[in-house]
Amino acid sequence: MNRPAGAVDTHLSPSLFSGSLGTEPLLAVDNLHVEFTTRQGVARAVNGVSYSLDAGETLAVLGESGSGKSVTAQAIMGILDMPPARIPKGEIRFRGTDLLKLSESARSQIRGQQIAMVFQDALSALNPVFTVGWQIAEMFRVHRGMGRKAAYAKAIELMERVRIPAAKQRVNDYPHQFSGGMRQRIMIAMSIALDPEILIADEPTTALDVTVQAQIMELLAELQRESNMAMILITHDLGVVADVADKIAVMYAGRIVENAPVHDVYKNPAHPYAKGLLESIPRVDLKGQELYAIKGLPPNLLDMPTGCAFHPRCPYKQDECVTEVPPLHQISGTRSSACHYWREVLDGTAG
Amino acid sequence: MSDSTITATPPEKTGKREQKAKKPASLWSDAWYDLRRNKVFLIGAGLVAVLVVMAVFPGLFSPIDAYNPATCDLSRARQGITGEHWFGSDNLGCDTYSRVIYGARISIIVGIAATLATSLVGGALGLVAGFYGRWVDVIMSRIAEIFFAIPSILGALLILAVIGRDNAGIGSVVLALSVLAWPLVLRIMRAAVITTKNQDFVVAARALGAGPGRIMLRHVLPNALAPVIVVTTMNLGLFIAAEAALSFLGVGIQSPDISWGLMIADARNRFLEAWEPLLFPALFLSITVLAFVMLGDAVRDALDPKLR
Repeated sequence: MNRPAGAVDTHLSPSLFSGSLGTEPLLAVDNLHVEFTTRQGVARAVNGVSYSLDAGETLAVLGESGSGKSVTAQAIMGILDMPPARIPKGEIRFRGTDLLKLSESARSQIRGQQIAMVFQDALSALNPVFTVGWQIAEMFRVHRGMGRKAAYAKAIELMERVRIPAAKQRVNDYPHQFSGGMRQRIMIAMSIALDPEILIADEPTTALDVTVQAQIMELLAELQRESNMAMILITHDLGVVADVADKIAVMYAGRIVENAPVHDVYKNPAHPYAKGLLESIPRVDLKGQELYAIKGLPPNLLDMPTGCAFHPRCPYKQDECVTEVPPLHQISGTRSSACHYWREVLDGTAG
Repeated sequence: MSDSTITATPPEKTGKREQKAKKPASLWSDAWYDLRRNKVFLIGAGLVAVLVVMAVFPGLFSPIDAYNPATCDLSRARQGITGEHWFGSDNLGCDTYSRVIYGARISIIVGIAATLATSLVGGALGLVAGFYGRWVDVIMSRIAEIFFAIPSILGALLILAVIGRDNAGIGSVVLALSVLAWPLVLRIMRAAVITTKNQDFVVAARALGAGPGRIMLRHVLPNALAPVIVVTTMNLGLFIAAEAALSFLGVGIQSPDISWGLMIADARNRFLEAWEPLLFPALFLSITVLAFVMLGDAVRDALDPKLR
């Protein structure tokens, strides 16, 4: 399927932040902190996350629930409810501009047009009272000032681009009339409608059947290749990541514990948590053996463990881990690990 | 390309789809589909339709113009049901039937006007209070609670007493009822908006670049409207009953305007001599209120399947 001709020139048209990039990556999250004020105290959901993303690149952010991966994404989008959320420290630079310093109206110019997002549950992320065609067309009518007819034509075009069969007939259907996979396609269509430079996909396949998951991932990868957009893929499913991502950031308790090109992590993780995640993937060749699980529970954000947040669950734990917060050790040009004993983890010798 | 791996609707089904697409599927069309099969709704809607026609074109139902004093004949007061006066005649010898027909107009006008005023004011404030929350919500909710605390008939009596009998009429009755009833709509709207605005599609709309105004009007409002519609439909009947009550008490509609409440008040002293001028307006009043309550009930059933 060919990319619609109209989409190309909107992509090349001068945008709000089309300065020269230099060495600055497209998106750089720098020492980001996010905390939530709750009745029980302050929950530190994100504690100094840094990652960067270049055009055409896919970054997979991996971690279990509550590790702060979605909160980071919401901070990038600027859709955190503040308060209760607060960003005490950190920068989110998009083309060199710190988004956190922009006004709300300037940020809403970026949302959807330059950075867009796909949500986990497409049924609840689509407005139930409007047809899908109306909702996709709305993107063009609001942001591109198109007329109703032209916007509808674009909506059908987009629905075809995300491979919705019989798009012309289905454009006037309501979200609940579609299957889960088709709904996620519509969500994706809406998010790529304005040719964003960055697409954040927050667990886009978690609510779907396994067979459909692969199709959606393939679709995302394909759309990315067509338009050279950068993608942040938030997931806790390691299987999903391997084919699509270029690099991985593993998050635990609001920090990045390992940063690496995707194949390095799979071959040889440098953080015990990443290692634990990989070992908990069920494997056919180990059938009959007990399935590995990282013991213990994710930390309570209101009452974080001292030292390394992972130490209560870590097989490599030493006294140092209880008292000292490990810095992000640079292993090579592209890899880093927040573990005091990353060498031992890499070697595979148990601590 | 990988079209073959995609779960496709079989092509032979497309024709069927096209037919199906004409069938209703949204919340509103589903509700309408349910309503058309609901006997309570059909009866209620039928009665309301007749009443509205009666209010707009009373001449269709009654050959006598009740607002023309020349049609009254004092010598024929309280004559009971005759071929000429189907519902008898009142203390002044006026035809009760034509007066009952002409009385529908004020009831319907008051009902609709008070409903419109309360839904617009209460709905708009409730939307803003629920959507923006924080101090906006606090201020609006507290003001609403102040009005909420006033007993409605007593409050209306007070307001109308201040306005005075000389200035009393449709406008003042609508004002009195609306001033006391808008907080109810505000509360319901506010609650519905708060539930809606936390749903994923509102966050998603924001993430895709919709501004606050657009989110409020396009994404939150249509999804929060159902409970307000139910309440306003039911309120319509209650406003009509309240108008009759105020007119009966002498502070609402004043002669020579014709109101069912006023007719009941006029007829009650001579009830034992002539029951018709009291019974018929009361009957019409009851039927009107019942019709709107039935309508509201049916609409609630259609819009809120959980109650079924």
